[in-house]
Amino acid sequence: MMSNWEVVIGLEIHAQLATKSKIFSGSATAYGAPPNSQANLVDLAYPGVLPVLNAEAVRMAVKFGLSIGAEVARRSVFARKNYFYPDLPKGYQISQYELPVVKQGKLAVMLEDGTVKVVGVTRAHLEEDAGKSLHEGLAHASGIDLNRAGTPLLEIVSEPDMRSAKEAVAYMKKIHTLVRYLEICDGNMQEGSFRCDANVSVRPRGREKFGTRAEIKNLNSFRFVEKAINYEVARQIELIECGGSVVQETRLYDSDKDETRSMRSKEEANDYRYFPDPDLLPVHIDESFIDAVRATLPELPDDKAARFSQEFSLSAYDAGVLSASRELGAYFEAVVVQMGPAHAKLAANWVMGELSSALNRDNVDIAVSRVSPAQLKGLLTRIVDQTISGKIAKEVFDAMWSEGKAADAIIEAKGLKQITDTGAIEGVIDAVIAANPKQLADYRSGKDKLFGFFVGQVMKATEGKANPAQLNELLKAKLGGSA
Amino acid sequence: MSLTRQDVAKIAHLARLSITEQEMPVYVTSLSSIVNFVDELSRAQTGDVLPMAHPLDGQHQRLRADEVSESDNREKYQSNAPQVQAGLYVVPRVIE
Repeated sequence: MMSNWEVVIGLEIHAQLATKSKIFSGSATAYGAPPNSQANLVDLAYPGVLPVLNAEAVRMAVKFGLSIGAEVARRSVFARKNYFYPDLPKGYQISQYELPVVKQGKLAVMLEDGTVKVVGVTRAHLEEDAGKSLHEGLAHASGIDLNRAGTPLLEIVSEPDMRSAKEAVAYMKKIHTLVRYLEICDGNMQEGSFRCDANVSVRPRGREKFGTRAEIKNLNSFRFVEKAINYEVARQIELIECGGSVVQETRLYDSDKDETRSMRSKEEANDYRYFPDPDLLPVHIDESFIDAVRATLPELPDDKAARFSQEFSLSAYDAGVLSASRELGAYFEAVVVQMGPAHAKLAANWVMGELSSALNRDNVDIAVSRVSPAQLKGLLTRIVDQTISGKIAKEVFDAMWSEGKAADAIIEAKGLKQITDTGAIEGVIDAVIAANPKQLADYRSGKDKLFGFFVGQVMKATEGKANPAQLNELLKAKLGGSA
Repeated sequence: MSLTRQDVAKIAHLARLSITEQEMPVYVTSLSSIVNFVDELSRAQTGDVLPMAHPLDGQHQRLRADEVSESDNREKYQSNAPQVQAGLYVVPRVIE
């Protein structure tokens, strides 16, 4: 059914900028403060107050613009977006309309199949967030918390370049990675610091003209973005195939029911009557400002991934995973620097495997990982020098994670040192063979699969400590009857 | 240019004003005459004039340092509010 239709998606991502104070006032922006304890007279829209622009918010917007190769506007203008809602005390949101601070840029996004897609970023503009409406525990009333009102947002608007929910998620993840690299947004989606609206439409394959789009508001997880878009696409296709037509409207995604529904109350909402805000003069950004911001740009994710794959001969996939955050990349490099680039693949496997799953499982930030890069290096060194096998190493890692000790101490204490003494391994093999005459006869009469049985028995007898390569070699010889 | 009743009803809705049927003719007439008055301006030749949003030509926005300069004054500010509860401003129910 889907193949006759082409899906067209554009995203508007809202990234809360990690400033200490609000975009137009000196109130704090810390998350989770008691309601309205961070809302001052400007945020509350008292008469006679004036907004004063936060330099850091401008710097962060410029930093983003430079990171996607966009043009930074030398002159941008704040505008009023007018609508009534109780969490918007002024009756308008200060935003940017015709002249945003960041113009056309682009971003390369790696898709699941390894191909790279370039997604256009139409613009990014500065604006203020609104407050929050709460409905719990109040009969026939809503409670308003204006702590978030005036928090700086960077709204990043993409071109309608995505052709599937998966592409949209890949793009959103890339922006998420980027804003955290740039340290302009904490990326915390649970707290709403990073969220998006998705514009979704469908058109018959081959047609140039876009179909009518619906806008799904306030998606705050990658999973919801994917599910909401897939639901919406199926809804639109079914609607059209049944002779109906899509209405341009705003919809909400209900994650409990996994469906989108119309926000009926917004029938006139699109008449925002934008006009330049007379309280704010045009913002001028000169070359020296831009140069100063450029000097603070970190190594960007794509550059880091390219360097990893070149310096350490990693696959594009591995390099992409390891450069997904600055912290993860730094951890990996710290291990590799100590072990040497020859062992980069081993380090990569362990950082992406055991370490990442332990961090995820216990919800620990890599910056405060219970196994430090030096400790992981200590463990990997024992794999390289054959003191322990890769399998035993996992056991040692778990103990390091829970006990916080060095690998050597655990190997010593638990007696996990690998058996590499040929005579000792041979002794065990002889005993196993002697105890299993039937299996030996079957093996020798052609049941090759029984080789695994003998390996298992020897490993069991040595508690997994026999060196696997040596065991294989010795066992093959013994079973073959040549020794 | 003359506004219709629908135009006036829409403007009133956007401004969250209620206008009765009796009041409607007055608003249609007087709002139309205001629009017509301002419309005179469209006769001015502005082809090579850049739009000016601010009278302070050549000046630009001052930026302030990112510092928290405000402390919690909730109690004081909420003494003005008609209704508060658990630190929240209480308003008629709004639901999407």
